[in-house]
Amino acid sequence: MDAEGKFDAIVVGAGPAGTTAALTMARGGMKVALLERGEYPGAKNVFGGVLYRWPLEEIIPKFWETAPLERQIVDHRFMVMSKDSGLLLSFKVDGRGKAPYNGYTAIRAKFDKWYASKAEEAGVTLATSAVVDDIIMKDGKVVGVRAGPGIENELYADLVIAADGVNSGLAVRAGLREPPSPDQVALGVKEVVELPAEAIEARFNLRKGEGTRMETMGCTHGKMGGGFVYTNANSLSVGVVILLSHLMELKMKPYELLDEFKAHPSIEPFIEGGKAKEYSAHLIPEAGYKGVPRLYRDGMMIAGDAAYLCSYPEGTNLAMASGMLAGKAALHAKKNNDFSAKTLSVYHEMMNESYVIKEMKRKDSSHTAMLNNPRIFGLYPDLINEILADVLHVNGETKTAKHKRAKSKFRDKVGLLRALRDAYSTRGMAP
Amino acid sequence: MVNSVVCVKQVPDVAELRIDPMTHNVIREGVPSILNPDDRIGIEEAVRIKEKHGGRITVLSMGPPQAKAALFECLTMGADNAILLSDRAFAAADTLATAYTLARAIKKYRNDFDLIICGRRAIDAETGQTGIQIAEQLDIPHVAYVKNVELFPEQRKVVVKREVEDHIETIEAPLPILLGVMEGLNKPRLATLREIIRSKNKEIKVVNVVELGGDLNLYGLKGSPTWVAKVYPPPPKAGGIIKSGGTRETVTELVKILVEKKLIN
Ligand SMILES: Cc1cc2nc3c(=O)[nH]c(=O)nc-3n(C[C@H](O)[C@H](O)[C@H](O)COP(=O)(O)OP(=O)(O)OC[C@H]3O[C@@H](n4cnc5c(N)ncnc54)[C@H](O)[C@@H]3O)c2cc1C
Ligand SMILES: Cc1cc2nc3c(=O)[nH]c(=O)nc-3n(C[C@H](O)[C@H](O)[C@H](O)COP(=O)(O)OP(=O)(O)OC[C@H]3O[C@@H](n4cnc5c(N)ncnc54)[C@H](O)[C@@H]3O)c2cc1C
Repeated sequence: MDAEGKFDAIVVGAGPAGTTAALTMARGGMKVALLERGEYPGAKNVFGGVLYRWPLEEIIPKFWETAPLERQIVDHRFMVMSKDSGLLLSFKVDGRGKAPYNGYTAIRAKFDKWYASKAEEAGVTLATSAVVDDIIMKDGKVVGVRAGPGIENELYADLVIAADGVNSGLAVRAGLREPPSPDQVALGVKEVVELPAEAIEARFNLRKGEGTRMETMGCTHGKMGGGFVYTNANSLSVGVVILLSHLMELKMKPYELLDEFKAHPSIEPFIEGGKAKEYSAHLIPEAGYKGVPRLYRDGMMIAGDAAYLCSYPEGTNLAMASGMLAGKAALHAKKNNDFSAKTLSVYHEMMNESYVIKEMKRKDSSHTAMLNNPRIFGLYPDLINEILADVLHVNGETKTAKHKRAKSKFRDKVGLLRALRDAYSTRGMAP
Repeated sequence: MVNSVVCVKQVPDVAELRIDPMTHNVIREGVPSILNPDDRIGIEEAVRIKEKHGGRITVLSMGPPQAKAALFECLTMGADNAILLSDRAFAAADTLATAYTLARAIKKYRNDFDLIICGRRAIDAETGQTGIQIAEQLDIPHVAYVKNVELFPEQRKVVVKREVEDHIETIEAPLPILLGVMEGLNKPRLATLREIIRSKNKEIKVVNVVELGGDLNLYGLKGSPTWVAKVYPPPPKAGGIIKSGGTRETVTELVKILVEKKLIN
């Protein structure tokens, strides 16, 4: 910071997006301030969650050797559940006990703090307990940020990167987007349940240090959403995610949904005897590709959740990827000493070529369907469970009769044509 | 110019403290740590004095390495540098040993002080003795329960208002002095963005027992003649009597009860 309170760039928010952007710029020789409202980075941050190796590995090679990680993910599970039963699919891979793995569970309070310390090592000035409440404009350009009254709370820079998460007050202030509407965000509620490591490994059939990520559908009363269980070193993260507008229609409290999920016969045995340690709630962008706002303007770019660049359950990786590209665009602008929208448009171009936007585009086809088709999250999971329960129940009635009943149930409740159409319209959901 | 030393303690947020019903011990695990509220008032006063008269503010704390967070907070409010006295040998100190440690550090690192500011009390152990004992160890005067401070550096004196039971004393005293400050003296400021950033370059010196020197028998548990026999929550208050109805009847009833209990006649 010089005497006038100026940096080359200011990044607001020390989550995955902001820290990556700051790190990228600092490595390129820029003087960067990273402003975080939490007492420390990650203090209040919430995710499931699994941290994927890509693109973090590109930013911090061999990060798995030093980062605070919980378990390496070798087991991907998917459960289709009805009220009292569940069909579980488990895909096990990577189980050779050799790093690096494709993904790791992590606790954000630990990881974000560590990650920001890497940015500090690269020369970034990290300020915590710094709540930014506005951008400063001059001649139509963003020239700084404000964190309270008076000049001592103003900071200036050639460039401001807003990585302040899903609500992004700054992107809204800059006119790049609106505050989220209830059908653009999902609410995730999560509980951390403490269990001994050995219990976790036994319950999920894991070797020491290995982990499971489990996604479920059919636990949201037909509304768009699902549940999850992730294994940490000594705890499980158990949660439910539901589109906010759908939650409002349901007229249920989010913790009621979570309690139902935890009490489900297919979930309860995993967490039995565990001690609830903390409870948290956080919004998740669900605006799809169509919801992604304009990513830049004169003197400013936005990255990560702030730009709705999230494709649940992938979020931190997309945030890092966009943060990295924003950082690269900043270095390009610095080289040309021009931070106008015109120069910063390289960010937009690089994003369009990136996994982030391509993946969001692919998923977008299913987005509308998931939003408006109640069969997907209710009828199908129920039907699958009902048919399986009937067919697997041995009571003297022939399987032929049961198969016949299954077919007619399927025909009555859905129909082949509609099922095919639903399958096609949700193809974006494919992993 | 007024050089001050402000002693601060990092304390558990007592609002979140609970007592284990079985062992009667305070459950400290998972309780967030904060800067002792009275000490925040101490920092604010020191910064105001500095703004008016110039000088240098050193914050001093004895505690575990995490106490750096509390010290950093003081720096963001405007203190110039910080010293953390941290060593296993300092652990489990009572007020006597705490005061010995702090006084020794003040003598060693800031012997040019004009003013030492302590909080009236720390919200965890709440003895309110540490400051007074520091003053005794340094053989300087002290005033406790300070609610107003006015400095006259040229005349090397201070005029303070001190709150006691039912009246306020105005005291004039020479510098150097130790003041025990309390709620109501000022309203602590919020750190500004630029001061947070400047504070990143301010020093937090960590000092261990070897560096501090002194008599090893006077530190920590060894130097503590007091010990805690038992910690227990106060018995819950019995529910009071609530009378409702018209003013006349309830007052009459109330007077009757008070007379019965021989509280009035
Ligand atoms: C329940 C749940 C489960 C999830 N599961 C996964 C998962 O398994 N895998 C995955 O990859 N992703 C997951 N996600 C998504 C992921 O958490 C986000 O996509 C990711 O955190 C976005 O990163 P970000 O840096 O853009 O924003 P954030 O992580 O939200 O960081 C924003 C930062 O900005 C700070 N900030 C905000 N406003 C201000 C301000 N005014 N001034 C200063 N600082 C400010 C915040 O304190 C925060 O540190 C999940 C999300 C939720 C809620
Ligand atoms: C009988 C008794 C036994 C105790 N035994 C133990 C024990 O075994 N283990 C243990 O951990 N604790 C113990 N304590 C707590 C410990 O003695 C006190 O926390 C410590 O001595 C400070 O006293 P206080 O908290 O009452 O502070 P007060 O005297 O109420 O604090 C007044 C002011 O002194 C200053 N101050 C106090 N402590 C510090 C500090 N550490 N650094 C800088 N400034 C400070 C601050 O300005 C504070 O506002 C015991 C307390 C008592 C009363």
